[in-house]
Amino acid sequence: MQEILSATSFIAIYGLSYGVVLFLISIGLVVTMGLMRVVNMAHGVFAAWGGYIMVNMMNAWGASYYVAMVGAILVIALVSVLVERIFFFKLYGAPELEQALLTIGLAFIGVASLNLAFGPDIVAARLPAELGASIDFAGRSVQAYRLFIIAFGAAVMLVLWYIFDRTSFGARLRAAVDNRGMAAAVGINVRRLFSIAFALGSGLAALGSAIGVAVLPLEPMYPLKYLVLILIVVAMSGAGNVKLAAGVSLGLGVVDTAGRYFHPEIGSFLIYIAMLVYLMARGGKLAAVHAR
Amino acid sequence: MTTVGSTLLERHRVRPAEYVYWIALASVFFLFPRNLSLATSIMVMSLFALSLDLILGFAGVVSFGHAAFFGIGSYCAAQLALHGWSEPISGALIAGLAAMVFALVVGPLVLRFTGLPQIMVTLAIGIILYEAANKASSITGGDDGLGGIKLMPLFGTFEWTAYGQTAFWYAFGWLLLLFIALRIVIASPFGVSLQGLRENTLRMRFIGTPVFGRLLRAYAMSGFVAGVAGAVSAQVNKFAGLDMLSTDRSIDVLVMLILGGVGKLYGALIGAPVYMLVHHQASEWNPFHWMFVVGGLLIFVVMFARGGVLGLLEAGLGRLPGGRAQ
Amino acid sequence: MSTNMLEARGLDKHFGALHVTRSVDLSVTAGARLALIGPNGAGKSTLVGLLTGQLKPDSGQILLAGRDVTSESIEKRTRSGLARTFQINNLFRGLTVLENVFLAVSERLGTAGSQLRTAKSCTEVIEKAEQLLKELELGNALHQRISEISYGRQRLVEIAIALSLSPRVLLLDEPTAGIPAGEVARVMEVLEALPAELAIVVIEHDMHVVRRFAKEIVVLAQGAVLARGLPQEVMASDEVRRVYLGGVDPSKSVMGKRRA
Repeated sequence: MQEILSATSFIAIYGLSYGVVLFLISIGLVVTMGLMRVVNMAHGVFAAWGGYIMVNMMNAWGASYYVAMVGAILVIALVSVLVERIFFFKLYGAPELEQALLTIGLAFIGVASLNLAFGPDIVAARLPAELGASIDFAGRSVQAYRLFIIAFGAAVMLVLWYIFDRTSFGARLRAAVDNRGMAAAVGINVRRLFSIAFALGSGLAALGSAIGVAVLPLEPMYPLKYLVLILIVVAMSGAGNVKLAAGVSLGLGVVDTAGRYFHPEIGSFLIYIAMLVYLMARGGKLAAVHAR
Repeated sequence: MTTVGSTLLERHRVRPAEYVYWIALASVFFLFPRNLSLATSIMVMSLFALSLDLILGFAGVVSFGHAAFFGIGSYCAAQLALHGWSEPISGALIAGLAAMVFALVVGPLVLRFTGLPQIMVTLAIGIILYEAANKASSITGGDDGLGGIKLMPLFGTFEWTAYGQTAFWYAFGWLLLLFIALRIVIASPFGVSLQGLRENTLRMRFIGTPVFGRLLRAYAMSGFVAGVAGAVSAQVNKFAGLDMLSTDRSIDVLVMLILGGVGKLYGALIGAPVYMLVHHQASEWNPFHWMFVVGGLLIFVVMFARGGVLGLLEAGLGRLPGGRAQ
Repeated sequence: MSTNMLEARGLDKHFGALHVTRSVDLSVTAGARLALIGPNGAGKSTLVGLLTGQLKPDSGQILLAGRDVTSESIEKRTRSGLARTFQINNLFRGLTVLENVFLAVSERLGTAGSQLRTAKSCTEVIEKAEQLLKELELGNALHQRISEISYGRQRLVEIAIALSLSPRVLLLDEPTAGIPAGEVARVMEVLEALPAELAIVVIEHDMHVVRRFAKEIVVLAQGAVLARGLPQEVMASDEVRRVYLGGVDPSKSVMGKRRA
């Protein structure tokens, strides 16, 4: 009994915190895919650079974890607008294969530049003492950091929900996701809306990698290593569906953690099988969404 | 041809430049006798890229996991040789058929989707197969791969020489043979209908095309060619390993094809050598620096040269008198 | 007896809470010239989707030449003799006129799957395609790409493709929509010269076209069949005028103007 409880709490806490990180680094792409139908394979680059910038702010300037995190998010949000203006305008309406290829190119350059700037090894961040401490939770000792991620993630999800469901920005965004042409026709500046959403999404990705620095270790290959996970979240939640993306991310986090816990042998590809099954079940619907 | 003609119906015509290509390729044997192994690898990858072009360039099916077929071909050929089936040509054929069977199994899944979901499904299938091969070390040798492959002399006569002379002609033969086969297929009514499917799938259904069956056939053929490419790779390198199944390889072959030009067959035959020769020159580099090059190439091709190298060549030649207007 | 080439029995379709097709019955005999009309949102497009197999009905049956095809795919219905044209030209824009029709003819003659002969050697296909195109006065555009010919001529290619399938039933979805005034006459000529035995359903907004072409009219409103009959009867019906014209004085309506 004790064992089951212990396993459950382990899977819940590690799975959910992992899911939160997944959600944060993916949500930007879920929204921009829904809005502009651009497959951005380079999305993980923003996440990785965000994490690296945070760690380097901490190491070089002695900035605190929290301050450096905010700094990294701002830098990434600003830079992402530039990247969007330079490269992405070419891609709106282009075939998905071209979008995928150009952005893979960007991802490669992102990876190579991370290596050039910070070297090929994994960089670790010193977590603040209060997050490094262990807490007894449901019969098991867990790092406060994991609980912090879950709490923080819940807060971010609430804020996002508020923004999407309750503000006029959110209403315009949903209108544009639903029907871009119609939104433009009623006077919504879709182009600017996208820039803002792109910056927001990239900033959130930076937040995800910064807060998840001890969950998904920072290394130059980060953008490609976690790309598949990000794309799974996008493919499974369908374009632009924020709530579903939250559910999918948390679900994936838990399934993956549980898989590795109980069956380390097959755990590493359990999520791929989960995705295939899910896509098969939803095949018709996805095809319909896609045809629009 | 200077008039704007019916290009689909004229696909069977062999253009003079094609002979130039194949003669140039054959002459590599005499001009660069020290680089036969590189040339052989290039031909293997050209064959692999051809297989991708059939589904991507002609049928419009996107694959980010094409290495699955290449890898199955490799392992199958290696296992056949290790179990005493050491005749290479039949070995490669069997390996190709094994990859084709796999294509027939996963095809129904892949072909239900288009766009991002299709990218994801092919990626996932590739990754699952890679992980499965990694775990099934009794069949695949795991991380160590399968080595020690011994083959009968080619046609019972030509020994597999240390400098790779036999390997060169073996790969050349397969490449030429399967290229001709694909060349026939794309000039056939079947090939023309694939082009129609790529342009407008829904409209094809409204002229009565059995869309799924036709795409599946193309997919199976592509799987077969990729499987043979993998088999030839294992046979000439005397080795099959996980790397042959990897997503990296799937992306590599995609980049080669895009670089050369999609939907032209010769795009595959030009993209693979260009990519691999540049890569060879950069082999001393830090692999991360190589990613700058690949990334830059991809961005360049999509933004400025959508037809790839071949597209640029055609545009250049088109301006010459007597050139072919596209 | 004149059998029904196309028949719908009690078709129903919902999109969520929206009831877009309400127990629609329809029968089209060989040689029919039936116009399907109705205000925007009446469910005409949905009905076409149901008939062609692009949409699946919630209940009801569709019969093609007496055979139940309700669960069959688009392609299978097409092969059984149901052809259509599109309101917005839907062609292979990168291909030539001849190639467009080649695809359809080769599908019809069953050569489209062959891999071992060249497309060029399928002379029976090419000749049939050329002959059809010449009949529609497109003989001089065989080797032009679709994107290079006028919109009206593109519509003729649509019709050529449909005819090349040797259909028993032809659905014409707003055949004159989007076509410049100067080319409408030519399209009308072609429509009027279509084989007499062909069962034709035309979905049309333009009352001028309906008047000229249809021998029978079905009015659709809010997903249900409101009226069916000879053109003069249907157009004279008060109820049709009220629903279809939204209470507008008929003399100022589209119909009225066209008549004037």
